Amino acid sequence: MKRNIQLWLSLVLMLVALYLVFVYVPTEKEMGIVQRIFYLMVPTAWLALLSFLVVFIGSTLYLVKRGLKWDILAHSSAEVGIVFTTLALIVGSLWAKPIWGVWWTWEEPRLTSTLVLWFIYFAYFMVRSFASEEFRGARFAAVVGIIGFVDIPIIALATTLWRGIHPPPLIFQGGLAPSMLLTVLVSVAAFTALYFLLLFQVISMKNDVTEVRKLKELRG
Amino acid sequence: MENFGYLLAAFSMAWALVFGYVLLLLNRQKRLQQEINSLKEVLKEKAS
Repeated sequence: MKRNIQLWLSLVLMLVALYLVFVYVPTEKEMGIVQRIFYLMVPTAWLALLSFLVVFIGSTLYLVKRGLKWDILAHSSAEVGIVFTTLALIVGSLWAKPIWGVWWTWEEPRLTSTLVLWFIYFAYFMVRSFASEEFRGARFAAVVGIIGFVDIPIIALATTLWRGIHPPPLIFQGGLAPSMLLTVLVSVAAFTALYFLLLFQVISMKNDVTEVRKLKELRG
Repeated sequence: MENFGYLLAAFSMAWALVFGYVLLLLNRQKRLQQEINSLKEVLKEKAS
């Protein structure tokens, strides 16, 4: 029942977001139609950061309280997070090419620190896979989840702390027309609903994996 | 419409990746559920 509500909420929000992006919001004068990628870029980048915040929280609680559920939360959020981080990097490149004239630039702090985040997510999975025992892998991954969190404020503040070609913060600084602000906020809400839907689905599956393990032990 | 191709590519990639991931999850869920059901059947037979 709860999953159905989440599913319908995500679907309705996504449809509303798509309507706003492609029908409601006017075309931006300087960048033209390609500026609409902004309404995809912001939510995916937001989710890359939110996912890792959840990884950080889960990892910290796992190391402090040792409960398996915290490791499952962190691991699940990392799985969903790497998908959205990958998407943010791809979408970012597709926006960068027509606007900046390049697919990628190492001189832009926000891009580079987001790529670093992708590698941190990757490292999270690698240390889990290569550990000799599962609980050891979970502990190593939790350490990665905690130390890696240092990249999150770097990404968030990159455009404020350093001068690059990425635009400075606009959304809550009054830099957007009301129609654009509404569209981006609805897009963020839609993708956030999708994130939680996927997160709870992955958590449910990891709980199933635990159940399979227990049933196999009982079977002998 | 200038640069429309980039807009189309961005949204297409996004939906392809998200739907691809959702299909992967559904597939994994299905296999796990089958494995759970099969193990429960074995345990039931063992108990009887």
